Amino acid sequence: MLNQKQAVLLESPAQTNDVPPPAPAKIQEPDTKTVGRVTVDKPIMTTRNVDVYYGEKQAIIDVSIDIAYNEVLSMIGPSGCGKSTFLRCLNRMNDTIESARVTGKIELEGHDIYDKKTDVVTLRARVGMVFQKPNPFPKSVYENVAYGPRIHGLARKQAELDEIVQTSLQRAGLWEEVKDRLSEPGTGLSGGQQQRLCIARSIAVNPDIILMDEPCSALDPIATARIEELIDELRQNYSIVIVTHSMQQAARVSQRTAYFHLGDLIEVGETSTIFTNPQEKLTEDYLTGRFG
Amino acid sequence: MSTPLLIAVLLLLTAAAFEFGRRRALQVAGSEFRTLHSLPRYYGSFTALWCALPALVLLGAWLAFEDKIITNLVITDLPASYQSLSEPELNLIINDLRNHLSGNVVSRELSPDMQVAAAHYGNLRATSEAALTVLFLSVAMLGMGLAWRKIAPDFWARNRVEAIVKVLLIICSTLAIFITIGIVLSVLFESIRFFQTVSIFDFLFGLEWSPQTAIREDQVGSSGAFGAVPLFAGTLLISVIAMLVAAPIGLTSAIYLSEYSHPRFRATAKPLLEILAGIPTVVYGFFAALTVAPLIRDVGNNFGLEVSSESALAAGLVMGIMIIPFVSSISDDVINAVPQSLRDGSLALGSTQSEMIRKVVLPAALPGIVGGMLLAISRAIGETMIVVMAAGLAANLTANPLEAVTTVTVQIVTLLVGDQEFDSPKTLAAFALGLMLFLVTLALNVIALYVVRKYREQYE
Repeated sequence: MLNQKQAVLLESPAQTNDVPPPAPAKIQEPDTKTVGRVTVDKPIMTTRNVDVYYGEKQAIIDVSIDIAYNEVLSMIGPSGCGKSTFLRCLNRMNDTIESARVTGKIELEGHDIYDKKTDVVTLRARVGMVFQKPNPFPKSVYENVAYGPRIHGLARKQAELDEIVQTSLQRAGLWEEVKDRLSEPGTGLSGGQQQRLCIARSIAVNPDIILMDEPCSALDPIATARIEELIDELRQNYSIVIVTHSMQQAARVSQRTAYFHLGDLIEVGETSTIFTNPQEKLTEDYLTGRFG
Repeated sequence: MSTPLLIAVLLLLTAAAFEFGRRRALQVAGSEFRTLHSLPRYYGSFTALWCALPALVLLGAWLAFEDKIITNLVITDLPASYQSLSEPELNLIINDLRNHLSGNVVSRELSPDMQVAAAHYGNLRATSEAALTVLFLSVAMLGMGLAWRKIAPDFWARNRVEAIVKVLLIICSTLAIFITIGIVLSVLFESIRFFQTVSIFDFLFGLEWSPQTAIREDQVGSSGAFGAVPLFAGTLLISVIAMLVAAPIGLTSAIYLSEYSHPRFRATAKPLLEILAGIPTVVYGFFAALTVAPLIRDVGNNFGLEVSSESALAAGLVMGIMIIPFVSSISDDVINAVPQSLRDGSLALGSTQSEMIRKVVLPAALPGIVGGMLLAISRAIGETMIVVMAAGLAANLTANPLEAVTTVTVQIVTLLVGDQEFDSPKTLAAFALGLMLFLVTLALNVIALYVVRKYREQYE
């Protein structure tokens, strides 16, 4: 089982992120009411006409957007606008919610992730997630990072596992702080360190995309600054989708920004354009603090 | 008036006091009822409490001492010839007087002296009742009146009422503690009496249990041996068998219910499972004795094994079934208490559900599960009915589950059933066994609570 999983992981072009595979045939601009260009030239992930329902209530209305290789896409909008819901569609975390129903098409490098033949376990190994509240397992720092590689059988020898753990912690900028206390419980770290540990844990599985759901909202400004630096560095190897309530954060870390409002994707564009020259009145009102 | 009547009257008075107090508060406040410190109903409650509580305290004290005082008065007034009688004889006479007064059968014809005493006794009782009625009602009225007079807009009725209620709560909670201490002390003192005749060393480490003691000096073969080891070994054996049944079944059913099952199935299955805990243990007992034990014997005989018709295995199996709901219910709660964020974290790394359960949820819930198991074990150790019926009475020191064994609780039952003299070591041994059992289960519970609390700290 693990070997199979591993095989799929190795087969996927995720391992060679620096050299993107031939892009799928150029997709038509989707039929959408969103202002701005929702497509990119070489998308790693595409979503088309996605609707999400919680029981009777529709939480996401006809959203289409692409995610490019090596970019940070930020999703902003007032509370309850559906940005977290949409984020959780991208690695099918909504499956854990009984009443949630997703329609539309979401493709990861041309493969429909909601297809019956898609194994959700493999999908989540390729699309990792960092949550709002740091949630390290009640295990040691080392075990937290080694958890993913272990369940996916990514290391055959202890030395390989050690190396994965060290690399992941280094990439997450946590190695210097924890290298002498790898056997201490991960829950004993500070909030910011815990969140970086969670990022290291995601990196250790070597995903293609990392989804971040308000990763800094539980952290102080200094820890936030560290995470933001980190996001910028991670962009070299991964695509990142980040939901944030802080518009300054969106402006600092992302290349493209998507503005959600009451389940609609209102406007998408280069971050610099959106923040200086929004096309839609709703976006402008939100950015200038008139509501939200 | 009789006591029930007094209490009924008091209830009426209290209700009236509540209404008076409330009205008085509204009245003294006049149109400016916002100037009242507390809501009007607190003034009512305050008056009602002052009406009821002192009267009830008086009633309780009266009932506690009335009998003793009257009896003493009657005895001192008896003719001189009676004064020299011993206490049991005096008790007998008082008993006769009481029976005579209430028209019951009296053991002998009352002498003229006694007739006088009986009349005296009757008079005293009537006086006491009248005095109580008067006093009781006046105290109630007085309390009500005093409280009523205190009512004023700047009187802090709410704080007073809350203080009184708090004291009542404290009394109730300490009552439970004192009763427990009382039980423990009574068992402890009887045990000390037992250890005066049988050495504690023989009791704790003796390998032979045969509590029959000689009633006559010349009786043969009943010297009595009080080695508790076979009993504790039997208890241990049966508890281990019970846990071997309950732990895996309870834990796996808890995992299924909390992690895999549909909420609707869970909503039906969990109460059904908990019905197991509601079956009286005596029903489990005859199920074990009449169904399971013969079945085990027959199956064993077919395989050429020698199985006694009452076996540790039968009792242990059924006891295991009995404690499944304890294990599954506590484990289910503990597993549910593992934060969803940990599950999300594991799933988001691409773990399967079973990997998530085995590597994240169960390790996180382990302390709580262990705590639940310990509680189930202490329950198994203290269980009586099933083992009385299905495990037998023979104090065999054996590890073979197919033989009959006996447990601490079974022996306590057999030692105390029937007519017993309460100063023989045979009877007192029950208290020593009870004390040991209490200490063992107490230790298990303390460890379980400690473990569970430690687990809680981890996530709050």
